[in-house]
This record gives sequence, C-alpha cells and structure tokens, in this order.
Amino acid sequence: MKDPKTRTIKVDALARVEGEGAMLVRVRNGTVSEVQLNIYEPPRFFEAFLRGRSFREAPDITSRICGICPIAYQMSACRAMEDALGVTVDGQLRALRRLIYCGEWIESHALHIYMLHAPDFLGYAGAVERARDHREIVERALQLKKIGNDIIDVVGGRAVHPINLRIGGFYRVPSRAELRSLADRLEWARDAAHETVRWTAGFDFPDFESDYEFVAMRHPDEYPITDGRIVSDKGLDIAVRDFNTEFEELQVPHSTALHARVRGRGSYFCGPLARYNLNFDRLSPLARQAARDAGLGPTCRNPFQSIVVRSVELLYACEEALRLIYQYEVPDQPAVALEPRAAVGHGCTEAPRGILYHRYEVDADGTIVSAQIVPPTAQNQATVEDDLRRFVAARLDLPTEELTWRCEQAIRNYDPCISCATHFLDLRIEREDGP
Amino acid sequence: MARRRRPKLAVWKFSSCDGCQLSLLDCEDELLAVAGEVEIAYFLEATRATAAGPFDLSLVEGSITTPHDAHRIHHVRKVSKRLITIGACATAGGIQALRNFHNVEQFISVVYARPDYIETLRTSTPIAEHVPVDFELRGCPVNKHQLLEVISALLNGRSPNTPPHSVCMECKLRGAACVMVARGVPCLGPVTQAGCGAICPAYGRGCYGCFGPKETPNTRSLAGWWQRLDVDERDLVRAFRGFNAYAEPFKRESEAHEGP
Repeated sequence: MKDPKTRTIKVDALARVEGEGAMLVRVRNGTVSEVQLNIYEPPRFFEAFLRGRSFREAPDITSRICGICPIAYQMSACRAMEDALGVTVDGQLRALRRLIYCGEWIESHALHIYMLHAPDFLGYAGAVERARDHREIVERALQLKKIGNDIIDVVGGRAVHPINLRIGGFYRVPSRAELRSLADRLEWARDAAHETVRWTAGFDFPDFESDYEFVAMRHPDEYPITDGRIVSDKGLDIAVRDFNTEFEELQVPHSTALHARVRGRGSYFCGPLARYNLNFDRLSPLARQAARDAGLGPTCRNPFQSIVVRSVELLYACEEALRLIYQYEVPDQPAVALEPRAAVGHGCTEAPRGILYHRYEVDADGTIVSAQIVPPTAQNQATVEDDLRRFVAARLDLPTEELTWRCEQAIRNYDPCISCATHFLDLRIEREDGP
Repeated sequence: MARRRRPKLAVWKFSSCDGCQLSLLDCEDELLAVAGEVEIAYFLEATRATAAGPFDLSLVEGSITTPHDAHRIHHVRKVSKRLITIGACATAGGIQALRNFHNVEQFISVVYARPDYIETLRTSTPIAEHVPVDFELRGCPVNKHQLLEVISALLNGRSPNTPPHSVCMECKLRGAACVMVARGVPCLGPVTQAGCGAICPAYGRGCYGCFGPKETPNTRSLAGWWQRLDVDERDLVRAFRGFNAYAEPFKRESEAHEGP
C-alpha cells in the first residue's frame, strides 16, 4: 500500500491557456514546499534577431510573438520607434489606433471569459462541450469575439497579424462608411457585454485576496490603452522611459520567460484587475454602474473575480469602439512622415493581459542596434506562483482531482499567454503527505 | 439507426505564436458546425478534455526548435492517420528560423543571462524535415477559409483546393492597382503564393511574403526590379529573410545579396 506521507498528484497538461508550460506544486509534511510555473516554451530569440533589421520592420516582426494580441506588439513597437524619432501621432490617427486596440481587447477578452475561463466556474472541460447544454451562451461568445475580430479586420486588413499598422500611422485609413458598417453589431455587442458582466457576477468565487502591488498605465483623461504613465497602488508613478530604472528582469532555471519585479519590492500584478483598480474613475458611467451592480467596488483584490473585471472591460471596449466610430473623420494623411535618426525609444501599451514594454536602440540609418521586450505574462509569473503557494496551502484537504482543477483555474485567472512569455503548460502537484 | 463515427481531430503546437490554431477558433460562424462534424479530441487551447489517439486528422502548428520537440513530432505522426501542417512556422520554420543564418549561442546570450538553462537546437526547421506530411497549408497566419477547405477536403478524401499561383493573381481578381507598377512600391507579390487575398496591395503597401514562395518563383528577376527601384542589397536580404526565410527559394535569394 502507498505511504500516505508521500503522494504525487500529476496532471500532464494545463489546457485553455494560450501556449504551453508546466506547473509544479510540491507538498511536504503539510506545507507547500515548492511552486514553479515552469514555462518551457521554446525560446524564439526575437530580441536577438531584431538586431540588424530596419526600424520599420519592428511592428510586423514583433506581432509574430503572439497571435492572440498582435495589435499590442505592433502598437508598443510603433510607440517606441516614434519616441525614438521624436514623432507624435495624434488626432484621428490616434483614435483609429485606439479603435483597433479596442477590437483586440474585445476579441481577446471574449475568448478568455467564455472559452478559456468560464468553463472552470461551470464545471465543463471547455466551451465546445458546454455548447451541448448552453448553445445560446456559446453563440453569444462567438459573436462577441467576431465583432472584435471584425474591427481589427476592417482597420487592420486581417484579424491575426494585421498588415495596416505602421510607424507613424497606417498604410490606408478606412472611410466613415466602412467603420459605420460595424456600428449595429457593436450596439448589440455592448448589450451582450453588459449581459456578460451580469452572468459572470453570478459565479461562485473562492474567498481569496492578497496584498498585491497592482501595476498599470494611467492617462490624464482616458481609461489607459495606447499611452500614459506607469503607476502602481504602492506609490510608483513613472514615465515609460523609466521602466528599467524601476523594474528588473531575472532569469530562473525553470522558465524560458524572464521574471520581472519592482526593484527593491518584488513581484507585482498587471492586467485587467490592475488597470481597473488604478483607473476605476476613468471607466465610462455605464461600465462603472455595471461593475457596482455586479457587486464590485472601485478596488477588487480577488484574482478569481478577474473574470468579472474582464467583462467590465469588455463592456467598456464595446462602448469606446462605438464612440470612436461615431466621432470618426477621415484624416488627411494616413501616416506622419518620419526620418530615421540615432536614438533610443521606449513604448508601453496596455495589452489585453497587461502592460507590454518595448525598448529599441536604432542607429542613424534606422537599423535596430538592440531590442528589449517585456510581455505581461512574464511580469505576472512570480505573482501566479505566490497565488498558488497560498491557494494550495489553505486547501490541502481537497481531493486531488478537485485541487488540481482549482489550481488550473487560479492560473487561468491571469489569462496567461505563454506564447508571449516565451509556451506548454503542464500542471503537476506532488504531494508527499495528505489525502 | 447506426450513427457514423465522427472523425477525431487533434491540434498540436510546436514553436509558434498560436495565431494559426487561433484561426480555427476564429471561425466563429463555422466552429459549432465543425464541432458537430468532427470530434475535437485534442485541442489544449480550447479544452482540458483529451481523448486518446489515434486521430483521424492532426493539425500541426509550429516549427521544431528543441531536442524534445524533435522527438515529440514522431509521436504525433505515429498517432495521426493524416497530418496537416498549418502556417509558416510549421511549413518553413517561421520567423524564428532567422537563427539558422546566425550563431545560436550568440542569440541565447543576447536574451538570457544564463545560457546554460536553455535547451535549444541550432536551427528552426519545418515539420516536413522530420516526418512525412500529408498537406502543407501556408500563411503567417493561415487563411481561415483555406483552413476549413483543407479540413473538409481531407475528411472527404479529396485534394484541397489551395491555388499555388502568385499574389499577383489575387490582386487582379480583387481589382487592386499594382503598387509596384503604379507607385513604385517594392512588392513580393510576384513570387509569393496566393492565399491572403492580396491584402497588402489592397491597403497600398507591398506584399511582404507571408505565404512563402509560389510554385517556380523567379526571385532573381524580381530582385532586379527592386534594384531598379533603388532598393539596396541589405534591404533585399531583409525582404527575403522574413517569415518564410528558410523556404528554399527565399533562402537562396537572400544569400545571393549578402556581402562577403
């Protein structure tokens, strides 16, 4: 018979995350002795092969880091290069960028809320299985995702790795009629997103809060998407160019993604929950009301409720996209003219999963000399590990199978995108004692 | 009445960005119909429920870049009746194949402080260099309509209809003006396989080669035309060395413009 003191629980693959990684939780004598979010996505060396490429290629090349949030990469790259060249993109060109980014938030949030995360709360293996019982909910999810993709398609040329964004603006700007063609379905999507907030608010959430440091962007008068300062609830308030002064990246043996932390303090939390907590006052009145009706205050510290917060952001993104479409006037030029010069540039934008920082050094003829890319999932790795340590410690009495599923759910709170962080999520809990 | 057994579909990921398998989830209007026709037996991005092989149809995304993956692809082949590779990573090695032109040890030291933690191969290679492949679907990313066409064709025992001609044909079909002739914008369309719908020229930019080389591409002639537009050798190398850099005709052309 097996010794009850040594028990190993193993799940071979964590599903419903974008990419692949492994999770190891080791329990010894009633305490969690080790937790590793083991990212073994093969490294793809973007920062290395960007050296020697033209500055103009950075948006298209870096978008290939992630098929789920290519706009985020293109936009952070554009912002960084424009910073280096001293170019400002504003007016309707900036509005169009915000619009296509709203499309990415809608597509990515609808995918995560309905297809990747909700099945955990409802006890289904995945959304396709759920469609057998609740086809109308899955169809709502698909239509929400589709309108997000359609915005990207119209403004960007195609849904995955759009081709129309470039440093300084766009290759071609859409007509008013093209954007208006999206409006009716977006009106529907706004209502469907509102319904999504009500729906997710009714889920059961484990009692689980922590004293995280939330880090997000902050803009003088908008809910942050394409620009702003980087702030935290523990007093951080910096310009994007000071990212490396305040944050550091560390390599750990069990991950091909670098871990980030606030210098002198440690792990932090970025993504929808952080954006919401630091920018509640910048949400639209409707989104704020929907959040209150869902039982959320201006601050939420329970990562399991991130699904509700993500739904509030989904609602906001639909409203904001509509606003941008209704106020749209075709700009005179599709892009601002630019000339290369030797310089260093920094860009940071709010990817669906949190802040995405790019830094480039370019030489006088526009050749990239060095590149640095810090994706949100890499930044959240250490916080995911902290969560699992505390989560498992308080639930050692749960049966193995249930505990394992709950751990997967806790990881999915962060909507981890391991393609971004570098990819395989394998989950393993090794117990050397307990039930 | 006896019900026909639904074919089992599996989706596998190697080194990639996830964008091509996402294209399957992006078939919003068709996904539930597909799920009705096939049993989605292994698709980690969508479900934690996994069925055992063998699988009637495997879609493989990504390239081979680690010793572990070089081993794993043989397992995938063994449990798959038919194996389709999807996207530029799986069919040509992807953007990460840029390492094939450099010293990979240097690459590792640029990104990681402790290179000894990282296990990686010197090259990023397409799936077909490791196991026999039944069909290769091009694109960075794949076109979701072509993806549905290929799934449907293979499940019905016919050849997929994915034209091997150039982007130029699609441009003409779309009625888009030639950006190279009309505006002097360098374009890879004449040597790139169709499939995207000629989006870039339609948006006023030159094609940058997402679908890889068309059948019998005359890259040398196109490079000459680019030179007449004042494109220098370095930019020619960059142009052919993109998301399909390791596809033979593009590889050869990029090497032809490299300095000594």
